[in-house]
Amino acid sequence: MRAIHGSESKPLFELDTFLEGLWKENPVFVQLLGMCPVLAVSNSVQNAFSMGFATLFVLVMSNMVVSLVRKWVPNQVRIATFIVIIATFVTVAEYILQAISLEIYNNLGAYMPLIVVNCTILGRAEAFASKNPVLPSLVSGLGTGLGFIIAIGAMGIVREILGAGTFLGVPLFGPDFEPWIVMILPGGGFFVLGGLLLLISFAQERGVSLKWFGARTQQTGERP
Amino acid sequence: MTEPTATSAPTAPGAQAPPPQERVALAMIRTLAGVAIVSGLLIVVVFQLTEPTIRANRARALMEAVYQVVPGAETVRTFALGADGVMAPVESEGGGDRYYAGFNKDGALTGVAIAAQGQGFQDLIKVLYGYDPARETIVGMKVLDSKETPGLGDKIGKDPDFLADVSDLDVRLVEGGEGLLHPIEVRKGGKRAERWQIDAITGATISSKAVGKLLGESAARRLPELRRNLAVIRKEP
Repeated sequence: MRAIHGSESKPLFELDTFLEGLWKENPVFVQLLGMCPVLAVSNSVQNAFSMGFATLFVLVMSNMVVSLVRKWVPNQVRIATFIVIIATFVTVAEYILQAISLEIYNNLGAYMPLIVVNCTILGRAEAFASKNPVLPSLVSGLGTGLGFIIAIGAMGIVREILGAGTFLGVPLFGPDFEPWIVMILPGGGFFVLGGLLLLISFAQERGVSLKWFGARTQQTGERP
Repeated sequence: MTEPTATSAPTAPGAQAPPPQERVALAMIRTLAGVAIVSGLLIVVVFQLTEPTIRANRARALMEAVYQVVPGAETVRTFALGADGVMAPVESEGGGDRYYAGFNKDGALTGVAIAAQGQGFQDLIKVLYGYDPARETIVGMKVLDSKETPGLGDKIGKDPDFLADVSDLDVRLVEGGEGLLHPIEVRKGGKRAERWQIDAITGATISSKAVGKLLGESAARRLPELRRNLAVIRKEP
């Protein structure tokens, strides 16, 4: 799936690991993981960012715990163990969100408990946290989680502005604006995701892949 | 499947294998049980910590809705039908048919909020409506939960004309009887002529009709019950 960053280079704050999750291996735009919440609850800025932060929380916490217990988990039951750990943090996040705002919790609906099966999270646990120490796992979770927030947030911003003519509920255009209702319906999610993917692969083709973002991690052509 | 390294020492398969295999099984059981216990504990702790806040949030959301649909309410008391068929004050949280009675500053009953639900275009629509017993009229409605199509069906909670119709809706009961004197009618493409009619929202006819139907059914079932117990509620605060 991906190369594990060995111990030969110890950059400060595991910058490579962080940037990889954030941009180069962005869970949504590059790996196309976790599409279900991305398409379903990115219909408004508030929903998108709530889902993003809930996922970030679960990702970071489960990555840390998986990394902590990785030496004691027999190979045969590792997936079951990881899922139990992830499900625990999803439940915790659910209670916390309900305590913070019932309205957001109701808006997210069934997609909150479904974070358990978001393959971004299990993917991180299996491919990274189960093979790396706690600190890199935490950094990887942070990077990937923030990458997920960027992706779902970008979709939420585009969809709310076009689909409702508002940003965080504040009207942007005059009363004459006719919202493109399709944008907040499921179909609009696919349109926007397709558009963003096109934009990103176009940018990468053209070599504007944010080189300043981490020139060291350039590995054009040697990706498996 | 790769075997754990710790058990790979004995090379002879079959007869002499039990001890390492048992060790692996034990390790698996130990791991899963351990993780499950710790997870369970963590969830219980978080639940205990957040539960009071969540309950308070729920109650506040409900009360905000009650104040919205019962004009002039300053205090709210919750009632439910007891086992003996007589209404009594109860906790605001919980299942069953509840009546949220709003009183003004002088302690006079201004209206009663009732929750209702019915099948909409996509899923159940849950609403709270305010009923004014003095005028036998529905005086307000708030959609608590609906999955109607955004931009079309969800106008049942936003469309000003529709909400104006619903906020002045004649639900007089048959004298001494159980049903509504005039069933609620939802009409398409007309101008409402009577106070028991609702003009359907253009593009949301099914959702509008669903609201009319659920209000009518709830009113026919709950209002006679309420009428029999009005005296109990009136003298409560």
